[in-house]
Amino acid sequence: MEETKYNFDVVRWFAVMAVVYLVVGTLVGTYIASELAWPVLNFDIAEITFGRLRPLHTNAVIFAFGGCTLFATGFYSVQRTGSTSLWSPKMAWFTFWGWNLIIVAAVITLPLGITQSKEYAELEWPIDLAIAVVWLSFGLNFIMTVAKRKTSHIYVSNWFFMGMFVMITYLHVVNSLAIPVSLFKSYSLFSGVQDAMIQWWWGHNAVGFYLTAGFLGIMYYFVPKQANRPVFSYRLSVLHFWALMFGYVWLGAHHLQYTALPDWTGSLGAAVSLAMIIPSWGGAINGMMTLSGAWDKLRTDYILRFMIMSLAFYAMSTFEGPVMSSKTVNALSHYTDWTVGHVHSGALGWVAMVSAGALYHLVEKLWNTKMYSAKLVNVHFWTSTIGTVVYITAMWVSGIMQGLMWRDYDEFGTLTYTFAESVAAMHPYYAMRAIGGMIFWTGGAIMLFNVIMTIRQASAQRSSSAAAATA
Amino acid sequence: MADKIYSTKLQDTAERNVFVMFVLLLVLLSVGGLVEIVPLFYLDETMEHTKHPEIVWQGNVAAADRKPISVANFKVGDSITWKPGDGIRPYTALEQAGRDIFIREGCYLCHSQMVRPFRDEAERYGHYSLASESMYDHPFQWGSKRTGPDLARVGGKYSNEWHLQHLMGPRTVVPESVMPNYPWLAENTVDGKALKGHLEGLRMIGVPYTDADIEAAAKVDGVREVDALIAYLQVLGTMADLKEGVKYRE
Repeated sequence: MEETKYNFDVVRWFAVMAVVYLVVGTLVGTYIASELAWPVLNFDIAEITFGRLRPLHTNAVIFAFGGCTLFATGFYSVQRTGSTSLWSPKMAWFTFWGWNLIIVAAVITLPLGITQSKEYAELEWPIDLAIAVVWLSFGLNFIMTVAKRKTSHIYVSNWFFMGMFVMITYLHVVNSLAIPVSLFKSYSLFSGVQDAMIQWWWGHNAVGFYLTAGFLGIMYYFVPKQANRPVFSYRLSVLHFWALMFGYVWLGAHHLQYTALPDWTGSLGAAVSLAMIIPSWGGAINGMMTLSGAWDKLRTDYILRFMIMSLAFYAMSTFEGPVMSSKTVNALSHYTDWTVGHVHSGALGWVAMVSAGALYHLVEKLWNTKMYSAKLVNVHFWTSTIGTVVYITAMWVSGIMQGLMWRDYDEFGTLTYTFAESVAAMHPYYAMRAIGGMIFWTGGAIMLFNVIMTIRQASAQRSSSAAAATA
Repeated sequence: MADKIYSTKLQDTAERNVFVMFVLLLVLLSVGGLVEIVPLFYLDETMEHTKHPEIVWQGNVAAADRKPISVANFKVGDSITWKPGDGIRPYTALEQAGRDIFIREGCYLCHSQMVRPFRDEAERYGHYSLASESMYDHPFQWGSKRTGPDLARVGGKYSNEWHLQHLMGPRTVVPESVMPNYPWLAENTVDGKALKGHLEGLRMIGVPYTDADIEAAAKVDGVREVDALIAYLQVLGTMADLKEGVKYRE
């Protein structure tokens, strides 16, 4: 009977594709991490060199995996919280096929070197146009579904999804402004310092809105649902929502401290970055404390484990971020692997783990069954956690070591190390990072197996009960 | 119950009316970007050449009257009218072809082009980078990561032969390197016709190319990609003659 009330088919497909892209995206990531440790893996093949595959890795994990997760959870929770069906199921299918075609286009063009070279916005202008159209189809459908809800108030998870939608629209449109010179080549409308500022306004807010606000929306629906408890504090959610919306937009400039960007802009970005720890931790506390009085559930509920561990990583990396944006630390950490480690504690620890939790929850609800193997969920949990910790530890060590080696002076007042010596010193940590990535990838592959088996099990149950009914 | 207000009136209205919330978000989310980005387009202090016009080549000449850029191009062989230190200028057709390759291969993912004002960076790379130095860079290539060294001032530091050897097999000259080999750059050649279109596009968005600059694209047709890339690398950071002791930035 739930089927007649809600549109879940498109949600099912987005959920399955999210798991597929998790495996693909982290596989590419593991491969390019290995290329840095063992450069022979580039095999002198242009299409698989680090410089061409790295954008494919970032686009696959952010937009393919992250996007499908957001669409699955967004289209699901907006229906459930509003007690209504989608405004337009047809448009939701358009979003599904459009988004997946864009991913296919990315898989083809990026290895061919067709790129605008703006990090996380590499796709060329025809694909950018397609992204805009498909993205608007999602946003319109989402907002109109909220508008036709049967409840009096809009639930907090929907605020976050809407904030993400508005900001990503701004960012994508402005940062992608370019003059096409052929079907596969364009030049940014902006140059030099302005281009840099616009790029990092986009770059940090792709993290701040796509990977944070959107996934906080996921957190606000799925953590209370899985824990079977109301959100810890309504007031805290109001406060941290508006503070996060207003504040995050300013942070991009901290990527450009000590560069040729005017000092006022970088310092402003850094100052707001420091303040952002308050709304970020507001969200983390609100999520974790939702469990107060039900902590024992963590012993038995592996799905809940993912969610709580993700909030721990979220709190950790939103503390690390402001620290790294302070001028003194940034002078050392910028350009090093520390930044890469920071991104991955957010991406693997927070985004991927809260997604895994939400997707497991979704699969059980959508196919009306239990996971094929709870034990494998637990194995996935531990491989994710260990893989992430190995990865970020390797990057902390290599990043700080790089930063210190570059600025080290000997007793004669000359630079102690050549750049090449710092590269050589990174080798063990690059190998360790690749191993951390492999461990994490294994968890994703186990999840894919578990999800497929769950769906098969559910359809077997359905057909046997249908057979029993007709018999 | 549904009528009770749990927060402020505005918050309650926004929670009841999706369009109110949408408009609130539209306004709120535009503030940070407007404050940080828009001033960069009109504040004079942003670009150093407003105070130091000498760092831009023919900086005080209107774009239409500007002399064409002809330099002693690697393998193209024009007469020299511009030499390193004469000032920041648009890239020549050959250099721009090299820059397109730099972008295509994703070099910026491991090499920054932005020297920061620190003692160690000054010794390792040279004078800190100025905003004016990338005024013609569509898109910017400052980068975000140094898996390899910064390239903002790599021009003139190594010979063309060294670069060729290094691009074909980085570990033959730097054993510790983790850079890929780029053998295909010696096999592929530049398409002069496409390049001409690229330069015309750049002129449309404000790069002051003369007709002669753009016609030069034809001469680059058939040049090996690796030679174009080397021409680009060799000009990086050499355009402006930055003086010790002059304060270009506050």
